[in-house]
Amino acid sequence: MEILNLEGTEDTPKIILDKANGIFEISGRSLPEDSAEFYQPVLDWLETYAAEPNPSSEFVFKLEYFNTASSKLILDVLSKLEDISGAKIHWYFHEDDEDMEEAGQEFSELVEVDFEFSTY
Amino acid sequence: MKYVYDLHKSMREQNLILVYEGEFTQEITKSVLSMAERNMDSMGEESSIKRKVFNVMVECLQNIVKHGEGYKVDESVSYDAVFMIGKKNDEYIIASGNPLYNVDVEKLKCKLDQVNELDKDGLKQLYKEIIKSTTISEKGGAGLGFVDMARKSGRKLEYEFIPMDNERSFFALRTTIGRE
Repeated sequence: MEILNLEGTEDTPKIILDKANGIFEISGRSLPEDSAEFYQPVLDWLETYAAEPNPSSEFVFKLEYFNTASSKLILDVLSKLEDISGAKIHWYFHEDDEDMEEAGQEFSELVEVDFEFSTY
Repeated sequence: MKYVYDLHKSMREQNLILVYEGEFTQEITKSVLSMAERNMDSMGEESSIKRKVFNVMVECLQNIVKHGEGYKVDESVSYDAVFMIGKKNDEYIIASGNPLYNVDVEKLKCKLDQVNELDKDGLKQLYKEIIKSTTISEKGGAGLGFVDMARKSGRKLEYEFIPMDNERSFFALRTTIGRE
């Protein structure tokens, strides 16, 4: 399966989805002009991956900031992970960033996937 | 040239650190954000406050990019949106203004009042309800901006609609972030 690799910019996150090496990571800032368009390739990739996933997949979310439109799309991404058996989410937040911790907690209440919280 | 001094004076009196008036795009949003960030960095602002201010600025600026189209009365008179940041000792003030149609006033007012009526837990519930049911609008919004601004600031959103003419009003919005 092809690797999805997007370089981070000042308003879009860095994204790596690599089945062969078992690396699934979204990090940085997310405030794109068109969040639906930006996240579509990610949703498409996960859709394909869900048909034949690795036995376990650890998705790392290490976001510094996201806007409300991205928040909706992140929920869509997390919802896709519900269909992937053996999927687990590692939600990283900066140790003094209560808002990012709370955002993760809220997402975990909205989707049926295992969450683990860690600080960086 | 006195207007230059007057503007300078008025900015100082209102404790404004940044004012931008004109066309709003994603590129301009990024520039305004990085200017404000640099400004807060040079003042040695705490990272938790910086994040909250950044958060409210983004929602405010992207609202303007999406909904705050200018009002061109004729060749010589047009009204664009305005965005400003102020800083007093114990708080940051993020304010914006843009013309809008009078027919849109009531709906916007209802949204803001709904947000202002809720406490912390109420806002959290509303956020979760909207994010579950919303679809991204044609303009790219999720309908969560005001709720998020209220949550991050922990204060009421102050607003005013100032009549411009039979068709339009000027929508002024102010959010305050405490530094306690």
